[in-house]
Amino acid sequence: MPILNNRLTAEQYEQNFSDIHPPFESREAALVEANRCLFCYDAPCTKRCPTSINIPKFIKQITTDNVKGSAYTIFDANIMGGGCSKVCPVEKLCEGSCVYNLLEEPPIPIAKLQRYSTEKAIAHKWPLFQRKPETGRKVAIVGAGPAGLSCAHVLSREGVDVTIYEKEAKGGGLMTYGIAAYKVTPEFCEDEVNFITSLGGIDIKYGQELGKDVSLADLQANYDAVYLGIGVGVARQLDIPGEDLAGVEDAIRFIYDIREKGYPSIPVGDKVAVIGLGMTAIDAATQAKRLGAKEVTIVYRRTQAEMPSTEVELNLAKLDGCNIIWLASPKEILGENGQVTQLICNVMELGVPDASGRRSPVETGETITLNVDMVIKAAGQVPYEALVSSNQLNHWSGKIAIDSNCATNIPAVFAGGDCVNGGKEVVDAVQAGKDGARAILNFIKSE
Amino acid sequence: MADLRANFLGIKSPNPFWLASAPPTDKQYNVLRAFEAGWGGVVWKTLGSQVKNVSSRYSSIDYGGTKMMGFNNIELISDRPLDINLREIAECVRLFPDRAMIVSLMADNTREKWHELIAQVEDTGAHGLELNFGCPHGMTERGMGAAVGQDPEIAKMVVEWVMEKATLPVITKLTPNVHSVVPTGRAAVEGGTNALSLINTIQSVTGVDLDTFVPNPYVAGKSVYGGYCGPAVKPIALKMLTTIAQDPVTAPLPISGIGGVSTWKDAVEFMLLGASNVQVCTAVMKHGFRIVEDMCDGMNNWMDEKGFKTLDDFIGKSVPTITHWEDLDINYHIVANINQDKCIHCGLCYIACEDTSHQSINLTFGNPYNTYSIKEDECVGCNLCKLVCPVDSCITMVEQRKGDEYLNWKEFQRRGLPLNDH
Repeated sequence: MPILNNRLTAEQYEQNFSDIHPPFESREAALVEANRCLFCYDAPCTKRCPTSINIPKFIKQITTDNVKGSAYTIFDANIMGGGCSKVCPVEKLCEGSCVYNLLEEPPIPIAKLQRYSTEKAIAHKWPLFQRKPETGRKVAIVGAGPAGLSCAHVLSREGVDVTIYEKEAKGGGLMTYGIAAYKVTPEFCEDEVNFITSLGGIDIKYGQELGKDVSLADLQANYDAVYLGIGVGVARQLDIPGEDLAGVEDAIRFIYDIREKGYPSIPVGDKVAVIGLGMTAIDAATQAKRLGAKEVTIVYRRTQAEMPSTEVELNLAKLDGCNIIWLASPKEILGENGQVTQLICNVMELGVPDASGRRSPVETGETITLNVDMVIKAAGQVPYEALVSSNQLNHWSGKIAIDSNCATNIPAVFAGGDCVNGGKEVVDAVQAGKDGARAILNFIKSE
Repeated sequence: MADLRANFLGIKSPNPFWLASAPPTDKQYNVLRAFEAGWGGVVWKTLGSQVKNVSSRYSSIDYGGTKMMGFNNIELISDRPLDINLREIAECVRLFPDRAMIVSLMADNTREKWHELIAQVEDTGAHGLELNFGCPHGMTERGMGAAVGQDPEIAKMVVEWVMEKATLPVITKLTPNVHSVVPTGRAAVEGGTNALSLINTIQSVTGVDLDTFVPNPYVAGKSVYGGYCGPAVKPIALKMLTTIAQDPVTAPLPISGIGGVSTWKDAVEFMLLGASNVQVCTAVMKHGFRIVEDMCDGMNNWMDEKGFKTLDDFIGKSVPTITHWEDLDINYHIVANINQDKCIHCGLCYIACEDTSHQSINLTFGNPYNTYSIKEDECVGCNLCKLVCPVDSCITMVEQRKGDEYLNWKEFQRRGLPLNDH
């Protein structure tokens, strides 16, 4: 049972990783759906969007062929509105609250319409925004992910010069490195970053890692304020025997490699187990299958009612032929010659509800054994605790603590996104970046 | 099964759906296809002296994703040679003797020309004549079409010329490009016409091309006013029809209803407001002749449900319900009610009332769904919320009379009752 790369033909890779959410083929197709929109007042879809995009407005603008205005409406609220239209779990956000659901009718395909406008804007490099006159102020941002880019864009629009320090070679953060390639292509991620920085006043310095190539103290000394949008790090350890065997992988690393190295060079096993059932777990499982793994099994310690992933995501995995074992918690990974051969799981059952009403899984005493040659860990991500504490930042288990003004305990240092909340959707990070920028603007003004 | 057979001035057709004088009735090929599809009759596209057309000739209005809500043309009367038209009319009558064949006419402005044309048409075996007093473009410059329909005296004179010669029933088609169709309608009656039809198309500019800056339709960098028709004109046509159906001079004549008839429902509405049959054009230009199947079927089912056995059982039934404003019952009062089980929380009723009407709807914020309810004391019963609500019978208007007795404006004034009490 070998772990092999290059399992498929070029055509198969191409097909397996092509866009799973195809865009509208034509203006007319978009208009059919856009015209279904009721143009709700105080629309539920907007309220459910973490960035509060005025959705009825941008859809109305599509119906009048005001695509440029539509793109502005989206980007003004969410500068990563293009990427979000591809990766947002819309079924639990905007589309999930569309009033058509209450009529038992299919909701407006908001994401697809959002994509219709934003892709045009990005492809045609529409200069939708203009900077206000330079203020002479400068802000350093650590991390060119959704939070950092969003923060940078708002600041630059207000005439503040921004320098982003990014440890990777490309911007986009999780959007570029942490999401299944069939949802958003590397080319799109690059175009998106370029679209954001085309505003001007945003300089991204790549290959600059906080605590290594650049220090917080230097940034504090050289800028009017600092924004930390450093995200979260590697996958949570399972803390079970056998975790160091060859063939045990971290989902974040696995997905990163797929995006960085090209599909044929990524090795996968014949029989792969994925631990966890969040978005990252689904992305890892489906992509392992699409890379040519013969059997992929998702192992989750709770039931479907508790899973963090949406049903739409779960169905993606099911349609890709992934198996799901509910109520199974990894106990031990066995191997031969240093290579993974088996995953042993405790069979769980839901215990009595705790104070919060949540029924935690408890061991039944029984176990099941899966024959596997690869284990991908996707049981949540861990913040950069060492980095955070070494910089004397207050934190909660590595999650940076901020006040209601997005400020950390260190003067003029602000933070937001996954490094604060521990890991949420891209769209949440974009909003965090906006909030951070507003706080920084107030701070700069009052200085 | 209801009986859809229609009898208009003795002209019989298996159903009340005729094709109006227009491109679809311009030649044998189309008309035979229409008859095969089930149309009850046709009004052959207007015959007259030779004409020359331009291109393009059509433009239209799209609305909310629906194409051709309004349609506009600058086409002239038939541009085919008269002898070919006459031969083809005769052939169609021979092949489908049970269908109504009316021929639309627009002769040059002399008694002789009209007499000559009528004689030629009557030789074809057609069942009736329709006088085109309405064509709003091209012909008016030569004193024909709408130029006739807009001047009651000329209209009367031409009808008189026609009636001197015609042995077939004569329908006079009225132009809507007047402040009222009644004077021309009366003139035609006085001239002796046997029936009226209305409306012809309305002069219009459908829009301007935002790239060329030339209005539609585009003819080598220029445009002209065209004749407007299609679903968008139906309300205007119904109003004009009603004035003809209510006027004591014109009311006794049969009326053929025209103007945006697209479905059986439209046809029923025209007939309830006094039309004995209807003529259709734009809807078939959009969908083809096949729409007549549902028109017959739908009308039939409706008649069965209502217990109407023949068309005469309901023709004109709604005419008396259109009255004068001052005769309306002021004591009748309704207030809106929102069914919370059906409400989908779109807020359209709220914002319409709040911004543009009487601020009679409460908003209770929720996440993500707000709740909306009616302030009954503030509601004037205008109906706007019900009209904008996207859900069937979610908003209903509940009767809350202000007084038991019927009270109209004249009586209200006579009694010196206070204004603005509701």
